[in-house]
Amino acid sequence: MTGLRIGRFAHLAFCALVFIFLVAPIIVIVPLSFNAEPYFTFTEGMLRLDPAAWSLRWYREIIENEVWTRSLANSLVIGVSATVLATALGTLAALGLSSPAMPARRFITGLLISPMVTPVIISAAGMFFFYTNVGLAQTHLGLILAHATLGMPFVVITVVATLTGFDRNLTRAAASLGAGPVRIFRTVQLPLIAPGVISGALFAFATSFDEVVVVLFMGGLEQRTIPRQMWAGIREQISPAILAVATFLVVFALALLLTVEWLRRRASA
Amino acid sequence: MGLVLPLLVFLGVTFLAPLATMLLRSVHDPVVADALPATLAALREWEGEGLPPEAVYEAAARELGSAREARTLGQVAGRVNRLQSGLRSVLTRTARDLDDVAGGPWREAMAGMDSAWVDPGTWHAIRAAGERFTARHYLNAVDMRRLPDGSVAPQPEERRIYLPLLWRTLLVSLAITVFCLILGYPIAHLIAHAPPRRGNLLLALVLVPFWTSLLVRTTSWIVLLQTQGVINDILVAIGLVGDDGRLSMVYNMTGTLVAMTHVLLPFMVLPLYSVMRSIPPLHMRAAASMGATPAQAFRRVYWPQTLPGVGAGSLLVFILAIGYYITPALVGGSSGQLISNMVAYHMQTSLNWGLAAALGALLLVGVLVLYLLYDRLVGVERMSLG
Amino acid sequence: MRTDRAAAAAARASTCTALLAACFATQAAAQSITAVSYGGSYQKASTEAWFEPFAAATGIRVDVEDFTGGLAQIRAQVEVGNVYWDVVDLNVSDVTLACDEGLLEYIDAEMLPPGPDGTPAAEDFAPGTLSDCGAGVVVWSTIYAFDASRFQGAGPETIADFFDLEKFPGRRGMRRVPMFNLEFALMADNVPAEEVYGLLDTPEGLDRAFRKLDTIKDHVVWWEAGAQPPQMLADGEVVMSTAYNGRIFNAQVLEDQPFAIVWDGQLLDINQLAIVAGTPRVEEAMRLVSFASTAEALAALGRRISYGPARASAAPLITTHLETGVEMGPHLPTHPSNMTGALWRDWAWWVDNQDVLNERFSAWLAR
Repeated sequence: MTGLRIGRFAHLAFCALVFIFLVAPIIVIVPLSFNAEPYFTFTEGMLRLDPAAWSLRWYREIIENEVWTRSLANSLVIGVSATVLATALGTLAALGLSSPAMPARRFITGLLISPMVTPVIISAAGMFFFYTNVGLAQTHLGLILAHATLGMPFVVITVVATLTGFDRNLTRAAASLGAGPVRIFRTVQLPLIAPGVISGALFAFATSFDEVVVVLFMGGLEQRTIPRQMWAGIREQISPAILAVATFLVVFALALLLTVEWLRRRASA
Repeated sequence: MGLVLPLLVFLGVTFLAPLATMLLRSVHDPVVADALPATLAALREWEGEGLPPEAVYEAAARELGSAREARTLGQVAGRVNRLQSGLRSVLTRTARDLDDVAGGPWREAMAGMDSAWVDPGTWHAIRAAGERFTARHYLNAVDMRRLPDGSVAPQPEERRIYLPLLWRTLLVSLAITVFCLILGYPIAHLIAHAPPRRGNLLLALVLVPFWTSLLVRTTSWIVLLQTQGVINDILVAIGLVGDDGRLSMVYNMTGTLVAMTHVLLPFMVLPLYSVMRSIPPLHMRAAASMGATPAQAFRRVYWPQTLPGVGAGSLLVFILAIGYYITPALVGGSSGQLISNMVAYHMQTSLNWGLAAALGALLLVGVLVLYLLYDRLVGVERMSLG
Repeated sequence: MRTDRAAAAAARASTCTALLAACFATQAAAQSITAVSYGGSYQKASTEAWFEPFAAATGIRVDVEDFTGGLAQIRAQVEVGNVYWDVVDLNVSDVTLACDEGLLEYIDAEMLPPGPDGTPAAEDFAPGTLSDCGAGVVVWSTIYAFDASRFQGAGPETIADFFDLEKFPGRRGMRRVPMFNLEFALMADNVPAEEVYGLLDTPEGLDRAFRKLDTIKDHVVWWEAGAQPPQMLADGEVVMSTAYNGRIFNAQVLEDQPFAIVWDGQLLDINQLAIVAGTPRVEEAMRLVSFASTAEALAALGRRISYGPARASAAPLITTHLETGVEMGPHLPTHPSNMTGALWRDWAWWVDNQDVLNERFSAWLAR
């Protein structure tokens, strides 16, 4: 029995290490972003909790720096537009895929999800060639279309998943009571699949908000986004200002995660 | 069906058409053919032995001049130069010097400007670059080249680069998949069989990195692993390594492996978790009650039931790993680069877009095969997002 | 001032979202142009010496972008037909290449301002600093530098010392391109400067250069942006690094870094200002190029960072460093005391050979 105990203990210890591996890198940059010095390590002052060693100077720098605020505006505009587009088209398609009369379901599902598994460098290269030909490169519209494409599979997956637990008798009942398809969608289906739609939309937004390769290939000066700006910073010289932006993004990610979890609970409750 | 149509059309325009354009780029390059049509037509008469006839020189002299005026000469010369280096300046200089030449015989005039014009190799290069449809980017992508006589031969040793890189990409992806499995299996097991509240909390810990920006995670690893970084500082502080013996853990293969394992681990844990959750604890208890040791019970009862999850997670991680670009580009230094980085290099730096497209096409085919396999084994509609 | 532009961009962007249209319209002839430079201290110096005074004198604002050299982005913009860079600071081989490809506007020497005493530009500019599409601005050099505080005894003195791991152990920084490194390798292998390119033109010479690089390969940290080497030296990431001489100078005088430059085997180069073909702001761009290539403007740059001027009449105006009063002369790459063992980079040779050498270099790195 002691062997079993040791085994259990080893298992738990190993798991603890893996969890540290998963989370520690993300946590460690948060305190470093309050470093008063332009270094990326904990200075002695920071370890002694000397208030002078901690400062908000990097946060002030990013708030005052118009490059970062402009990138944020771009990220939001592109992200929100791409999300709206991806969610609308993706939800419709998921409804279609879930209908029993859908032909070639497996093939079409595979096709719709393919942008998610295609290496983004390939999508970006192809989009660069094609969007250049049609004059969409270096425009907001081009990036919105590209990001909507990359985010759409997430919407399809989450909405299809919610719909598998969906009782078709409800729509049939509504139809027999004289409701038209639009009315059925609005009053019966939408409230039930709403958590899935919102989760999918959040996934799509997160995809766009984090996307850098397509922006790198297709975006011009006017389309600089937050990840694009971070990319430049990391490649050239990491300033602690990058860590301040990163901290902001971590907080943002936590908010997204909590929202999605909350929606999932609600959907499964 | 009507509901799916808008998205299919959208996808056709925003995604499939771009991929098709890329595939076309990998075999189609009209620049030289458009700029030197008469020269190439005249070259077709030439057997490839000795020097081409005067008609070729005459056409070349005329068309080099007009390409210079149209300012397409640089692109033409660049493409010929890729087949035989040194010809870029021969073409541009000759075009410039020809301005001062009133008339033929052109062969002597051009031979006087550069001895390359009396080298049949130059004309072979121009003829090859003039192919409107060509397989040379694919040959190049697998470290082969076409010799002047039309046969295909391997590149010289020092120019073989893509096959070793493809091989390395596969090995690295495999290693990362194995790491993810070793790290992911125990924690998926822990989460799946923990009481619901604790399980949810632990699952959230897995999802935090999943939702956090990739660039943030990559930055974190640089901060942790660099020579003057947090981990080295700790190692020096506790005396494990000397201040001058700090470890190089980033900007090399180690950096790529660590950061990519971190990035892809959630994609392993989630499918494992959903499979494990559906295994009733009763099975293990039954095995134990029949006298199996925990190790036996695990091997004979538990492990076989988790295989679908192992397969799904491993395939997903592997598919995502072989196309990875951002992480190796930022933390991989020179030894931690993968095939995608080479695609990016030819897209953005060398501007050899045909070669970039060919490499991309090869990678795409590899991913599609794996994706079909995944669909066959797991079913894409069951891809879970936590 | 720049917030209006952000506001305008945001407004334009929101129109895009509302209508998913109007995005095609490029900005109408604006009162601003975009100049592109290399980031870090050189960009700061160019901004203070050229771009800000130009904006003050003409009312045309200059937005400054940074890049790490090369033609990729320019070619992409011209190919796409949406040119948003106007004036670019390029080395002379990139100007030549780009000019042949039609990526740059022609710049005639007659369009450039004469010297302060009226000498025509064509005579005032040093030989080789003007080309069909470029107006020379600086003569700079790639050198190697070390952190003197890290060597107890004598520091490295020759280019051969850079490759000598026994005498000077520790990691080296080198730029991740074959250019510069192949030349350094041969010079360190006792090839006299004037024979370097003759030898590189032969397969044996190339093999020899790569073999020499092999000897330190495992100890090299590769850099890409000019701002990185001073940072890597300051962080102790490397004990010595190749670098652009002006970056090291600025770290020396402005940040009091204990860096020292080894001039032996320095590789001299010329940078020019060029105008991207097809920019709708070509007139404003040409005004900026003329402004920045006056003797006064070149001297203003030379008093901020230790790069030599491309025109003779600017040389006497470069006296002391503006901020610290340091005598600039001995810090310029072309100063006689720095020229022993110096080599001018053969840009024509590189234009022909960079494709195949970049490929070979990547293969070599990956091995």
